[in-house]
Parts: sequence; structure tokens; C-alpha cells
Amino acid sequence: MTDQAYNFAYLDEQTKRMIRRAILKGIAVPGYQVPFASREMPMPYGWGTGGVQVSAACLTPEDTFKVIDQGADDTTNAVSIRKFFEKTAGVAVTQRTTEATVIQTRHRIPETPLSDGQILVYQVPIPEPLRFLEPRETETRKMHALEEYGLMHVKLYEDISRHGEISTAYAYPVKVEGRYVMDPSPIPKFDNPRLESAAIQLFGAGREQRIYAIPPHTRVVSLDFEDYPFDPSKAPHPCALCGAEDTYLDELITDDTGGRMFVCSDTDYCASRREAGEAA
Amino acid sequence: MYVAVKGGERAIDNAHAWLAEERRGDVTVAEMSLDQIREQLALAVNRVMAEGSLYDPDLAALAIKQARGDLIEAVFLIRAYRTTLPRFGASKPVDTGEMACDRRISATYKDLPGGQILGPTFDYTHRLLDFALAAEGLDPAEAPEAGAEPGPIPHVTDFLSQEGLIRDEAEHEETPRDLTREPLEFPADRPLRLQSLTRGDEGFVLSMAYSTQRGYGRNHPFVGELRIGTVPVEMEIPELGFAIEIGEVVLTECETVNQFTGSKTEPPQFTRGYGLVFGQTERKAISMALVDRALRWEELGEGDTGAPAQDEEFVLSHSDNVQATGFLEHIKLPHYVDFQSELELIRRLRAEAMQTGRKEAAE
Repeated sequence: MTDQAYNFAYLDEQTKRMIRRAILKGIAVPGYQVPFASREMPMPYGWGTGGVQVSAACLTPEDTFKVIDQGADDTTNAVSIRKFFEKTAGVAVTQRTTEATVIQTRHRIPETPLSDGQILVYQVPIPEPLRFLEPRETETRKMHALEEYGLMHVKLYEDISRHGEISTAYAYPVKVEGRYVMDPSPIPKFDNPRLESAAIQLFGAGREQRIYAIPPHTRVVSLDFEDYPFDPSKAPHPCALCGAEDTYLDELITDDTGGRMFVCSDTDYCASRREAGEAA
Repeated sequence: MYVAVKGGERAIDNAHAWLAEERRGDVTVAEMSLDQIREQLALAVNRVMAEGSLYDPDLAALAIKQARGDLIEAVFLIRAYRTTLPRFGASKPVDTGEMACDRRISATYKDLPGGQILGPTFDYTHRLLDFALAAEGLDPAEAPEAGAEPGPIPHVTDFLSQEGLIRDEAEHEETPRDLTREPLEFPADRPLRLQSLTRGDEGFVLSMAYSTQRGYGRNHPFVGELRIGTVPVEMEIPELGFAIEIGEVVLTECETVNQFTGSKTEPPQFTRGYGLVFGQTERKAISMALVDRALRWEELGEGDTGAPAQDEEFVLSHSDNVQATGFLEHIKLPHYVDFQSELELIRRLRAEAMQTGRKEAAE
């Protein structure tokens, strides 16, 4: 079978329409998890099938597509997904955050603030923020419907009483537009403040068959307490390559004796800074 | 050193090339043809068709070859292909009473109309390695053949029905929901549960069924009937205004007869579990029937014993091996970012614990 035997961006048009309906519903009800009839994709569940389906439903031939995994364009799975859409949709691809119209991401929000007209598509493993407090979907849906989030606050409180702080470092729960508690996917909590954005943010969970969204300029509040306010912490180092002090860093082990080096996890941001000669 | 994380693209290409080489194996050994796989690994082909939810022995054989014999990987290839196929319509329900049976056995009656047909089964073989098979080129002796039984073979449960001993199953006119076209939502009805079980992982469904036999949601099944054979598939063609036969499929059907002590509203009677699977896949079909029966506790007014096999959400959420294997294996993808944030958290928590001199800090 040739590549031409597949529709633009792989999925057939009926499937895309079904996904677009779910996306529109998600945008209309920010933070609400919309069930959708997720399809089997040619990459495994857990590799970003939800994000890939959402991207496939959003892409048009004029789009410029960027894929990051762990903040980087050249991690293996980002390469694989970018190639998939180059092949099946023939869209232009880029590594520049500012040039992309659709960005698919796993585990990070780009450091460069996104703007009007951009779509950020997140790959989501477990969309349900209450899942590890209550394993049953029938129960958690009820809890969302009744806005019954006491269990989550108790969990955060127990963290503080045990560890002196909220011990959730990534996938830190947020409340969207004062209504739904939402899992922002496993981004580090450092990224949480950037969930309030000018871009459309779409979240796709393929295996769990859920799509949800944060429309532009929506209020997104990380859960906390008055006396224990949310703290988007990061490693207390500057980037060893570009010198940035305000970015999320990867920690690399550089030798057998435990030498460490901290560099920006967002490779495009780091490279752009170095090109612009701002390196320290 | 930082270059270590670069070069993902070349690494992938090279890995794929190596994989293709490994798949072929030693090139001095003859390559397997799809015909060989389809004919000689037929039960693997059947499993891939059943769990891939696509009846096409040639494609299943191709998937097995491409997957190097990893059947879950082959199922995945078939599913990913299936998802791109347009849906022309639905066939009429197949009539398994019309099945041309290769095998038909009942564990509840010694003899019955249509007879017991053993068919090509491992059941009474001795599991001794047959070293003669290691030598190639030996065709098996021809199996003796009898004339085909004329006419349809009635279902065993029909005999029980005539006496009113087995619970009647209401016929549903409405088109069942389609698991592959709608998101799974709970509570699921029986057609949806059966769809999920028939494409579920054979190992998972087997273990769930086995657990009911060992007391976790016990429902004491008899294999009322197990039949394997070919049924015609008919489809209504709108332009013609009538149904025509569009092909044949091999199916395995299992109906279990289960004890039921009666409830407030119903007298004691037998009840049924049902299994129907593509191809010759009898372990799966029997397992499916047991799990189907266990999941019916609520409808039959039985108690919830808290057994896993009685828990619809548990069984249906975890039966799909393509979902399960994908999510399980994804943890080998990079998690640098999450791990980094955990690393920082644990360092901070430890530092704070050390300061306050708590004893646990050392651990």
C-alpha cells in the first residue's frame, strides 16, 4: 500500500469530524473530559496516540508543525511523530516555536510564550486527575459532575502534613475557569503558570478515549492553600549552554564521578538564545 | 557530551534497518511465505484475526511475519490497518445454527441430534514431542472422511428451552453500540461487553474465566455446546433490496449452561454464558462464555462477591492487549522531565528532613 492510499493526515474525514466535535465540546466546556471514539493508530498507546489524533484533526495543508518530547525536537518519539505527519500530511515542519501553527508536545510547554493562532496539542497518559485517589471512572465522573473535589484537597493537605509541602512535582492538578479540576498531563509544575496562554491548548488521551481543552486566555489555577501557595520550582542553576536562569533544566550526568551539568530542556529556546548571542 | 541526546533521527533509521535484518534472520535459511504461515500456523493466524477484529487470514499471516511471531504486535498491526478501512455497512447477524461444523461437542448430553463431532482437536493427543515433525517433507497420512451430516445442527440450549429449564434471552431489535466507533462508557450493556471480550487478550480472558472457576465469582459452568465451523455472511444491499451472501467466516461458538438458584423474581433455572470468536479459537470462546456469565450477576439478581471477573469496569478496561501493551511499554520512553522534577523534590525533602534531624531522613 502506498502512502497515497491513506487520507490527508492519516485519519479518514468522518473520524476527523468526530474528533473535531469532541474538541469543540472541550473548548466550550474548559477542563471537561469529553469521551471520544479513539482509533487505533499505527503507533502504540502510550506513544501519544491521543495527541496524534488531535493533531490529525487540526492540521490543514497550510499548517507548520512542530513536535517536542521532553522539550526537545530531536528526541526519538518526537522525530517519529514529526516524520509520520510529514509522510501522511505533507505539512511543513519546523523546530522553531514561533514559526509553528500546531505544536504537539509530551511533558513540556515551550518556554517561548505562545501567541494567538497557535495550537498546542498535549499527549496525555491518564486524563483523570482523581484517578489515583479513585480508580473507578464511574465514580470520578460523578465527582466532577458534583464538583466534589474534597478528596483532592485532602490529598494535598496530607502531603503538607507529612512532607511540609505538596509533593507533586509534575502533572500538578489545576482548576480551569473556576470549575473543573484538570490534569495538565505530566508537565513539570514549573510549566503550570504557562497554562494561561493566548494559544488554544488541546489535550488528547487515546487509550483512555478522552479529549479536553483550555481555550485562549482561560483562568487556570494550580491547586494550593492560602498558607501554602503554589510554588513552580526548578533546579537552582542557570543553563550551562545559554545561561538562562528562568528555564526548566535537564540534568545530565557527565562523568563516572557524578559530575552534573544543567541545560535547558527546551532545545529550541536554548539554541535561539545562543544564536542571538545572549549566551553567558 | 550534550550531543548524547542528539541524533534521534539517525538512531531510529538505523534501528529499523537492524530490525528488518533480524526479522529475516539467517538469509541462508529459506524465507517463510505468507501461505506457509496461513496454512501451518493457522491457530496463530486465528488469534491475530480474533484480537485484531479483522477477518482476513492473509493479512494476519503478513502481520505475524512482520511482527517476527510476536502475536500481540501482529494484532496491533492488524488493528492499525483496520482503523483506516471505510465502513460500508453491517452484515445480517450470522446464524450459527446453519454452521457447517468441523467440530461440535456437548459436555451435557452423551448423544444428541447432530451428534458429537470431535474434529481436529488437540484434546486427546498425548503431548509428546513428535520428532518425526523435525524431519521435513513427510506429509501426514490422509485422515479418513465420512459424508457430511445433512442439514443444520440444532443448538443444545434449544432442548433446554423447550422444557423451560433455561432462562430465555430476550431478543433485541436495536442495533448494538459499536465498541470501535464509540467510546466505551459504563455501565456497558451485554452486546458491548461481548464485543470487548471477543477482541480481548486471550490470556487475560482465560485468567479471568479461570478465577471464576476457583471461586472468585463462581458460576459453575457446563459446556452445553462448543461448535467450530463455517458460516455464510449475508449483507442487505440497498440497491438490490435483498440480502446476498458476501463470503464465509470460520467461527467458534460456546454456550455454557450455568446453575442458578433463583431470585426473588425468578424460579430456579439454568442460565447461559456466551462466547463467539473468529476462527478456531476454542480456549478463548469458552473463557469468554464464563466471563460473560460472571458479568451478568446484576441482571440475574445475584450477589456481588467483589470478584474481579464480576467487575465490568475492571474487566473491560483491562482486556485489550493493544491498549495494555502500549501503556505498559510506554514507560521506556524518555521521562527526563518528570524524573528531573521528582529528583529536585526528593532532594529538597531530604534536605529539609536532615535539617530537622528526623531519623527517617537517612533512609
